[in-house]
Amino acid sequence: MKKIATGNKAVAEAVKQAGPDVVAAYPITPQTEIVEQVAEFVSSGELKSRYIPVESEHSAMAACIGASITGARTFTATSSHGLLYMHEMTNWAAGARLPVVMTNVNRSLGPGWNIWAEHTDALQERDTGWLQVYVSTVQEAYDATLMAFRIAEHNDVLLPVMVNLDGFLLSHIMQPLDTVELGDFIPPLTLPHAIDPKSPTGYGGLTGPDQHFKFRWDIERSMRDSVKVIDDTQKEFAKRFGRQYGFTEDYRCDDADVVVVAMGTLGKEAEVAIDLLRKEGIKAGSMRLRWLRPFPKLVLIGKEVVVIDRDYSFGRGGILATEIMAQTKEELFSVIAGIGGQEVTYEDVADFVRNRRMGTESWFGVNSNV
Amino acid sequence: MFEIRIHSRGGQGGVTAARLLALAAIHDGKYATAAPFYGAERRGAPIVSFVRIDDKPIKIYSQIKKPDMVIVLDASVMDVVDVLQGLKGGGNVLVNSQQKKEFSGYASSNVDLTGIALREKLVVSGSPILNTPVIGALAKMGIVSVDSAKQAIREMFTDERNVKAAEAAYREMSA
Repeated sequence: MKKIATGNKAVAEAVKQAGPDVVAAYPITPQTEIVEQVAEFVSSGELKSRYIPVESEHSAMAACIGASITGARTFTATSSHGLLYMHEMTNWAAGARLPVVMTNVNRSLGPGWNIWAEHTDALQERDTGWLQVYVSTVQEAYDATLMAFRIAEHNDVLLPVMVNLDGFLLSHIMQPLDTVELGDFIPPLTLPHAIDPKSPTGYGGLTGPDQHFKFRWDIERSMRDSVKVIDDTQKEFAKRFGRQYGFTEDYRCDDADVVVVAMGTLGKEAEVAIDLLRKEGIKAGSMRLRWLRPFPKLVLIGKEVVVIDRDYSFGRGGILATEIMAQTKEELFSVIAGIGGQEVTYEDVADFVRNRRMGTESWFGVNSNV
Repeated sequence: MFEIRIHSRGGQGGVTAARLLALAAIHDGKYATAAPFYGAERRGAPIVSFVRIDDKPIKIYSQIKKPDMVIVLDASVMDVVDVLQGLKGGGNVLVNSQQKKEFSGYASSNVDLTGIALREKLVVSGSPILNTPVIGALAKMGIVSVDSAKQAIREMFTDERNVKAAEAAYREMSA
């Protein structure tokens, strides 16, 4: 049967099928629908899972860590200030090498109080050791959530994965959704360092200056190894279920002179701008960045690059623009747009390309050239 | 692409109407999205929802600026919001009203959704439910097929009175 679902409901559906042993979560706009729906699945018996209602996001992540350390499959979801409140524990989850899967519904940070889409929340978690993927459709939210469990739990990875979807723009839109017969796509979790009450050992003890760097390096080693696991998982997903995903989604890039790079829904709407520009004779393409960590090798040599950041690092620049500059050494045009849910249309994106000034930064709605 | 903007007040079912319409369009074999615009609104405040219907996948997430059609579930919204803003010339305005209202340069239709909801006893927390009957009116206008409209309503609501209300709106709508 043809289905239609919101981004939030699609995530909950994927979680039901992935079957976490433990879910610990705290509601926050615009993510609440996910944890409500998952709670309903647990309540109705459709999802055989222990659901732990907690008093805060810090506790939600702590509960996921505690459960995960026993070898349980774990899931949580949050957004914005909830994610930031977890920050101490997100570092712990990665450091303890626990494959927790979390949905983050991207939302701006206050003050002022703002509940709309922005990527700064997840990007403030950039350096914690979590893998991060950003999705652009309801279908992709569902697919990426399923793949997240398989990637996180792979023994070459054993790092937590965060699936990001734009608040309201994607969390609350209704789009068509095809669900899959999952089969054995997500193998049972075998955590090699799971605690065993029959053989008690110390865990998370003092790690001295002669050892700590080795554990940090080990996170990075697995982060690098995750590239192959992600690639294999996406290929296997395509083979079984017919939908293709890469580290980026490239649209009309091959012969493009100018490429727009963006994440999330804006990266998808940019494709409409590309069609518009092509009709005007501008050879433009779109590269929607899906995976932020591990950061993929982007093929942008010889192209003018327009980066749209729905985020900012004060005193430095757009976070995505900064990441891309560090890798490619190319001059680019950095546009800061969509902050706090600022309305940005494909026509605006086309304007960013038409009015690009390489080597500069412009804030949409602030600077006059965009 | 056919773009529809729905005006209502918080709690009247404008968001659900958008979702029902998108679902019906998908049952017709089309692509569709339904997107509410969330502002700082609460129950009773004017709100808008957007529906896009196309023959190919829809990649646009931004708000609809130039709708092909406008639906007004609560006529009193017209006192405070310019519901015609951006409406394409000749575009249709469907108003929940007993009386037909003329809009210069646009086509208009009306149907008494509130009356139908009250007759069918579709009232929740004191508010008549408008989202299921309006789908009947839209089927009459050919936006979605009658079969798909009924199928969408039955998938989202178990109470058959919702289908009856849609059928009543189909019969009673005046173009």
